[in-house]
Amino acid sequence: MSQAFAALQNFLLKSSGLSLDREKQYLVEARLNPVIAQAGLNNLPELVARLETDPTLAKKVTEAMTVNETFFFRDRAPFEGFRKAILPELLEIRAQRRRIRLWSAACSTGQEPYSLAMILDEEARRLVGWSVDIVATDIAESVLKRAREGVYSHFEAQRGVPMSHLVRYFTKRKDQWAINQNIKARVDFRQQNLMSDFSHLGVFDVIFCRNVLIYFAPEQKRDVLARLTRALAPGGYLVLGAAESVIGYSGEFKPHGENRVILTRRGPGETAPARGAAV
Amino acid sequence: MKNVLVVDDSPMIRRIAKKILEELNFKASEAEDGQKALAAVASAMPDAILLDWNMPVMDGLEFLVNLRQMPNGAAPKVLFCTTESDVKHITRAMQAGADEYIMKPFNKQIVKSKFEEVGLC
Repeated sequence: MSQAFAALQNFLLKSSGLSLDREKQYLVEARLNPVIAQAGLNNLPELVARLETDPTLAKKVTEAMTVNETFFFRDRAPFEGFRKAILPELLEIRAQRRRIRLWSAACSTGQEPYSLAMILDEEARRLVGWSVDIVATDIAESVLKRAREGVYSHFEAQRGVPMSHLVRYFTKRKDQWAINQNIKARVDFRQQNLMSDFSHLGVFDVIFCRNVLIYFAPEQKRDVLARLTRALAPGGYLVLGAAESVIGYSGEFKPHGENRVILTRRGPGETAPARGAAV
Repeated sequence: MKNVLVVDDSPMIRRIAKKILEELNFKASEAEDGQKALAAVASAMPDAILLDWNMPVMDGLEFLVNLRQMPNGAAPKVLFCTTESDVKHITRAMQAGADEYIMKPFNKQIVKSKFEEVGLC
């Protein structure tokens, strides 16, 4: 492994919690070559040498390495789970408070929180008199800018979006599709590094944190999960990516029914299984 | 293996669509206009139809209206696949009984996503 790659690994672990293992070397080339060219540099060692002294460049490197692919209603199951299981349960549990708070952590260009906002719009009749907050965060300002604009390419708008939703929730602008204002207004986008304190965001009933933890080193994973637990109301829901699990990193969650990616936070009286046992 | 009929007057589009569909484990056949497609579905009703809008002889919308009146014509999932990419066309397609709508140009991810949407992937 080159010295520059090792230094980059170290930098990313500290700045964003990203655990860059050797198998992900291909990512470095694909994602950092544009940054290297834009900065007028020649190669990775030159880039790494400037990370300490150039915060703007350091930010660009973090953003380039942490931006992940996303699309509307990605994987379907978590969204169906939200509509059919989580939402009906919350409508009962929160009947007195009549307020639900959702957090889309690492929202990238906004497809995940907007998918949730579309579901809430479809379920509007059941939510009359309720207040529902969707907070969506990402480490990268560049993707948040796109998320706030809510304008998607021909390809992005077709991937995961049923035609009925395209007609109902988007407006065509030349070759692009803009998400309608009523959906956009439901989402509050904020910049947030998951490695930093996020207690100011408050407590949530549901946290979507999908395809994020897989990039974290074990220590960071434990730390983020512990803080996510505190940001989740007892009995609240944590929704993970299809390939993710909290096994070995947190005993605070149990699976929600048959849906493997939805976990619920254990209540105060519920004991966690021995470490290593299934969550 | 599910059968998909690709209806498009462009041989190139038919070839690309067939390749993508075969990669997605479908068995694909072809027709070059709505009338030939009607003859094809009369002899064997496919599980899905990937349907262009603008074609000579009989366009996609007319084909769809005819299809839905046939015995078993309600069965196949119909996915438009067209350069017509405005809300007006999508709405007309929905009203005529289309199940999904792909706007050209398309790629494998979009085709997969739309076939998932209609429950065939």
